[in-house]
Amino acid sequence: MSRSPERLDAFPTHRIAGFGVRAGRPLPFGASRVPGGVNFSVYSAGATRMTLVLFRRGEDEPLAELDFPPEFVVGAVYSMTVFGLDAETVEYGYRADGPFDPDRGHRFDRRQVLLDPYATLVHGRDSWGGQRRPLRSGVALDDFDWEDDRQLRLPSEDLVIYEAHVRGFTRHPSSNVDQPGTFAGLVDKIPYLKSLGVNAIELMPVFEYDELDNERVDPNTGKPLHNYWGYSTIGFFAPKAGLAATGRLGMQADEFKNMVKQLHRAGIEVILDVVFNHTAEGNERGPTLSFRGLDNSVYYMLTPDGYYYNFSGTGNTLNCNHPIVRGFVLDCLRHWASQFHVDGFRFDLAAILARAPDGAPIPNPPLLESLAADPVLRDCKLIAEAWDAGGLYQVGSFPNYHRFSEWNGKFRDTVRRFVKGDAGVAGELATRLLGSPDLYRGRAPTASVNFVTAHDGFTLRDLVSYNGKHNEANGEGNRDGDNDNNSWNCGVEGDTDDKHVLALRDRQVRNLLLLLLTSHGIPMLVAGDEFGRTQRGNNNAYCQDNELSWVDWSLAETNAGLLRFTRAAIAFRRAHPALRRPWHLRGHQGDGLFPEVSWHGERAWTPDWSPGQRLLAALLYCHGPEGHDCVYLAANAHWDGRELELPALPDGMRWHLFADTAQPDGHDVHQPGEEPPIAGDRVRVEPRSTVVLVARQTESRSERE
Amino acid sequence: MELEKQMRGPVTVIALNGELDSTTAPKVQQGLDELVPVHGMVLLDLSRTTYMSSAGLRVLLLVYRLCQQMGTRVMVSGISDEVRAVMAATGFLAFFTVADSVDEGVEVLAA
Repeated sequence: MSRSPERLDAFPTHRIAGFGVRAGRPLPFGASRVPGGVNFSVYSAGATRMTLVLFRRGEDEPLAELDFPPEFVVGAVYSMTVFGLDAETVEYGYRADGPFDPDRGHRFDRRQVLLDPYATLVHGRDSWGGQRRPLRSGVALDDFDWEDDRQLRLPSEDLVIYEAHVRGFTRHPSSNVDQPGTFAGLVDKIPYLKSLGVNAIELMPVFEYDELDNERVDPNTGKPLHNYWGYSTIGFFAPKAGLAATGRLGMQADEFKNMVKQLHRAGIEVILDVVFNHTAEGNERGPTLSFRGLDNSVYYMLTPDGYYYNFSGTGNTLNCNHPIVRGFVLDCLRHWASQFHVDGFRFDLAAILARAPDGAPIPNPPLLESLAADPVLRDCKLIAEAWDAGGLYQVGSFPNYHRFSEWNGKFRDTVRRFVKGDAGVAGELATRLLGSPDLYRGRAPTASVNFVTAHDGFTLRDLVSYNGKHNEANGEGNRDGDNDNNSWNCGVEGDTDDKHVLALRDRQVRNLLLLLLTSHGIPMLVAGDEFGRTQRGNNNAYCQDNELSWVDWSLAETNAGLLRFTRAAIAFRRAHPALRRPWHLRGHQGDGLFPEVSWHGERAWTPDWSPGQRLLAALLYCHGPEGHDCVYLAANAHWDGRELELPALPDGMRWHLFADTAQPDGHDVHQPGEEPPIAGDRVRVEPRSTVVLVARQTESRSERE
Repeated sequence: MELEKQMRGPVTVIALNGELDSTTAPKVQQGLDELVPVHGMVLLDLSRTTYMSSAGLRVLLLVYRLCQQMGTRVMVSGISDEVRAVMAATGFLAFFTVADSVDEGVEVLAA
């Protein structure tokens, strides 16, 4: 074996603190393995001196502190290759020297060992709720055997998104997986996801966060509450160790990659909920973990006197449109798309990404433009939560560059209001059903991510069981959480034995699901809603790491009828292109049977939009290579039933019944393709129910030929 | 980590005894490269492998792949519950053909 190194730069030129080192490569930022050692690169515009602090894995006291000599600095970038370092067992951080002058935005603090913003592993919270050690950066091995895996690139109009919390999804004892509450546990549930029919899973935060950074206690039990949801990022490049079965061994990146690979094999995309609007450092009273100590005035939006703008509602606001932060966000998303094969991102409080460093909204935010045009991200779905806690509400007006979809809060509110029986909502519901062309004109229906529930707010079951929120367990006297829920308890608040109330709730849940899954756009379900998950009226379970928020899989048996109903509704959507239109309506196409959409009422072709009607009847039609696709939807939110005349079909076709939410369990839905014909040319829609029909040939093709 | 080679009929059984991590990985890789026969049959016995890190998993997979390329039939046996859980969670387990014991592995390979 040759004793000379393979590269001209693969040997040390200096000796610092006992280590052979040389000037490193400024790019890529972060720590990366190079022949013979590890290359470290970190930038700070304001620092006057930088020190690399090395630790042996798990030890509190440093192994060595290496000052960067001036000849190792390029521009504002400090880089150093350290030889003879074992990337697997080393932990590291930085000390940055500079002015502590908050009035001018500087908060350097040399006493702190800072996390590398680009750290691919974060050590210190190695198992969920376990021992709290000082936070240190680590180096993930980035080789992985992906075999032939790549992003799935499913057409957006075909997506059915399933929102889930990695821990909550399998932590409940009923989940029956080997490694509850982890990425590996989620893999064990892939067959279930496949049988449900969803083809994208949207994971609530998986970037490293500190589940123990919540100081509140449950007033009833006295038990400490957690930061369970994790909308408070510590390490943007690092999968959270506490969500991995192998986190204590530092193998969370491998475990995460395997999860993505297995989901892809099942035809399921992976979308990450990413939180770039703020960090875990909070305001001036918060801890100095990383950004504050490296370049406070660059990373955060600051008031003229050096305090933190709080558009996120959590203390600070990331300065997303600063050129340096823009680069950071872009690097981060590229990392997840290329290293982890992630299929898309949902941006938490994304309106903040459209704000300038002084907080003012800007029409052409450079960050969003960069994301929209980035070559690495081209096949990623980009989804904006198009509002923030500073009052900027951009649903329909988010700077989208024809790339971003939006969480459509108006869809949620309209569908909820219609189903609970509000007057005068049918007209707006019609618009929402068609992918909200009022909001997304010039874009596609897929600009609208439609949802009735999300992690934030009531579960679907609770939406029909509670008039008001019940958040006492969160320790804030029920003041937290949204008050504007558009919910209705169907007659009794919370638990009841009343059969009529329970039957009505079952029906309302099905009404909501059917409207969601027959609307144009991208539907999103929340994990567990398909079998009646309850949070007992808590509509803000961010801190509830317990049975209140974990998915209780025994409900899949208790509410097997609802699960069957949801499965069938997803399958029905997949079977019907008329429900998955990739463009906004264009009217009658000349060669088909019907216009793309037509509205009906007690008489066919005669809708009655008057406020008291509470009725919506639509015929959705599409003529494609598979033939004529006609779906008739009638939603009646009135307390009286209706007889509706059906639009006449050509000879040889008849209306068949897919779903009728007024029918008892077991008869409320039919398997797509096996819908029975209905008699006559009218359909009865019972009070507070929804009926879905499909036109089918009365005779088989072979008989006609 | 110690490597121990013995012949069981036509099968070369190599036991990996101790911890397989980034410290021991280079030597183990070199040692296995030398011990693995071309066109033969190899059983990697992990029953006394007490710890397996990321780097360790990679060495194991690299050697396994090398065997496959050389036309050497290869299996892994005796994975402890703990190591197995790690290999399962990270997906590495699926790459290997696994026997419960050396006897079973030898029997399958020699059949």
